[in-house]
Amino acid sequence: MSADMFFMPAPERHFILKALQNRSFLIGLVITAAIALMALISLFWTPYDITRLQVAARMQGLSLSHPFGTDHLGRDILSMIMIGARNSIAVALVAVGIGFGIGVPLGALAAARGGWIDDALMRLNDVVFAFPALISAVMITAVFGPGAVNAIIAIGIFNIPVFARVARAGALSLWPREFVLAARAAGKGRVLITLEHILPNIMSLLLVQATIQFALGVLAEAGLSYLGLGAQPPMPSWGRMLFDAQTRIAVAPHLALFPGLAIVITVLGLNLLGDGLRDVLDPRLRHER
Amino acid sequence: MSLIEIRDLRLSIGDVPILRGVDLDIAPGKVMGLVGESGSGKSMTALALMRLLPRGARVSGRITFDGMDILTAPEAAMCRLRGRHIGMVFQEPMTALNPLKTIGEQVAEGIRWHTGANRADAEARARAMLERVGLPENRFPLTRYPHELSGGQRQRVVIAIACALKPKLLIADEPTTALDVVLQAQILQLLRDLVDENRMSLLLISHDLAVVAEMADRITVMRHGEVMETGGAVRVLAEQAHPYTRQLARASTHVPARPKQAVRTAEKPLLEVENVSRDYALRRQSIFSRRRTFRAVDGVSFSLATGESVALVGRSGCGKSTLARVILALDSPTSGAIRFMGEDIGARAKDALRPVRRNMQVVFQDPYGSFDPRHKAERLVAEPLYLLDEKLDRRRRREMVAEALTQVGLSPADMDKYPHEFSGGQRQRLSIARAIITRPRLIIADEPVSALDVSIRAQILDLFADLNARLGIAYLFITHDLTVARAICDRALVMHEGRIVEAGPTEMVLQTPRSEPARALVETAPDLERILEKRIVAS
Repeated sequence: MSADMFFMPAPERHFILKALQNRSFLIGLVITAAIALMALISLFWTPYDITRLQVAARMQGLSLSHPFGTDHLGRDILSMIMIGARNSIAVALVAVGIGFGIGVPLGALAAARGGWIDDALMRLNDVVFAFPALISAVMITAVFGPGAVNAIIAIGIFNIPVFARVARAGALSLWPREFVLAARAAGKGRVLITLEHILPNIMSLLLVQATIQFALGVLAEAGLSYLGLGAQPPMPSWGRMLFDAQTRIAVAPHLALFPGLAIVITVLGLNLLGDGLRDVLDPRLRHER
Repeated sequence: MSLIEIRDLRLSIGDVPILRGVDLDIAPGKVMGLVGESGSGKSMTALALMRLLPRGARVSGRITFDGMDILTAPEAAMCRLRGRHIGMVFQEPMTALNPLKTIGEQVAEGIRWHTGANRADAEARARAMLERVGLPENRFPLTRYPHELSGGQRQRVVIAIACALKPKLLIADEPTTALDVVLQAQILQLLRDLVDENRMSLLLISHDLAVVAEMADRITVMRHGEVMETGGAVRVLAEQAHPYTRQLARASTHVPARPKQAVRTAEKPLLEVENVSRDYALRRQSIFSRRRTFRAVDGVSFSLATGESVALVGRSGCGKSTLARVILALDSPTSGAIRFMGEDIGARAKDALRPVRRNMQVVFQDPYGSFDPRHKAERLVAEPLYLLDEKLDRRRRREMVAEALTQVGLSPADMDKYPHEFSGGQRQRLSIARAIITRPRLIIADEPVSALDVSIRAQILDLFADLNARLGIAYLFITHDLTVARAICDRALVMHEGRIVEAGPTEMVLQTPRSEPARALVETAPDLERILEKRIVAS
């Protein structure tokens, strides 16, 4: 039965051990953890203070003192990437949080109530979906002014329909199941059933989706700040670094290389993590291994 | 010479042995019945014949099909064999067809693939085949999609696909288990005719001895991956020489011993259903046409006394499950009234239903789907305790769960297990425990034993009878299986197309059915003893 793919069997004690045997999960986890660690360290320590400009040492190549070189204002690129990671992660995390926090209840509500509420919510979703996300984000930041907070809200809004849809689809396949009927016969209301039976059973789906949305959030943040609509200077961000590097690409290609690599590796890591998570959480795939 | 010769077939998946030396022969044009309970290896034997085994299966032994060694044949040869010389019919007609392809395409597909026929020729053959299985083109055009057909019609399409190339062997794995008795009789007749016409061999897998007794020339009884007994179908089933065969036969005709319940008819009835109807809106044909409705339940009235057990019998789609949902207040009636313990359920607000719900619980058919896989037995069984007005502390709750588990023959230690750690029969006990924990007056059971093996089914029927005697619980049993009705019900109601067409004491309805639908149900219900008598006389 197709609905079975949404089910995770009861928690197993060796679940984490099993998950670590999945190659893409492991690689994704290591990459994501490394990026997160980098961002965390940057809170306390970076190799150089990036607010101090040293124009004399501008656009240096790779060296022992500046492993990734320096930019056109003489700032250390490694330090900027570390702080940029913090910025990217914060933006993507909050944006996914907004999407999850609003989208999942909406989707669950649509599935639980059905009828016109379902129709209305889902058509509203379609409207949001119909706008190309990045262009609408540009619109929002254009109206409310550029900045990290507005970028977060813009990306967050476009995560809502994604989560709403996944939650609704998962929940819809569960509502006709007999254990839900049994709960209804036990007099439980829709809210309680959703909390007790529906959400725990679609959580694996949502988790996988959240990881993938996280990767998209990192990309969207980079895109927005490349356009100058994300985090504002002096706060470094990967997209902005790419923009600054663009005009100097012939002179100092490493200026573009490292922020570009940072984006690619982060997105790759998160996608691997999402893929691995899906394999680990999907009992059908697990049985086949 | 045999068409199929299986010698010492052994199969294991991982470290678990599934088949332990199976021997089986099927002669051309003969029907072999393969009987056994779930997990006995019936289906695996069939899959081994097609070499469609799950990944990780290790096989040894020898399977010869028409002189060809199946287990060592190259995959390309097997592809030519499957569908061409060996056809297969599955249990679930809902999932055995591709929902995106028309029935014509699906029948023609195999013909084109195996014979290289062009589209027009293949379609012509598909048309003839569908007509043969009872789906003539003027009523069922080739362009129909599976979802436009009923369960029985879909199974006919599956049979048409399997038999389109006149295979030498047809494997039918529980082909009628998902169908009601009337459809079952029709499908079995169709299989019988196809076997006779094409001199086809049939491997009929079933857990139902009566079905096999009716169809098979020879029979093989399996248990735990071993062949218990094999021989002429009538002889094996009539003599019941092997203890396991006898055990199966006993279980399938089992009637629980039931002390005569003091049915208190004089008092006010426990449940009164008065002229209840339920309409469903159909999809509009066009946006201008009026929305039409389908009446699933049509003016049904009956009553049920305290401690009484009543069977609601009918073919699939007759509205019996809808009626159950309406009575359980999971769905509201379009018109009519339902009174439970003297109070009108339909008129009540949701919160006011709590005392009613406490006294009326439900047991579902599917022991696998009726539990949240993430909760432990304690929480699952305790779910209806939510209906009690007082909040229970943890210790009291555990006591009540333990008591309910003991009453259904499970152990209180099972409380900390997850549903997947229970077997099918144990799960059905668990769902009965869930139903009795609030000490209800009425349990509505929707096909509670039809997904179970015969021996487990006998145990569950015993349990129902026992709870009725000890706790005085009344039952409304919804079933298409008359043996269940006969086993534990005082009265039977026969439902047909939304209406109750006949009602009376179970024995009377079964012995002398007066209405046409009731007669159809009684006549087509496979009855082991009757079939054996008939076949012995015929030979």
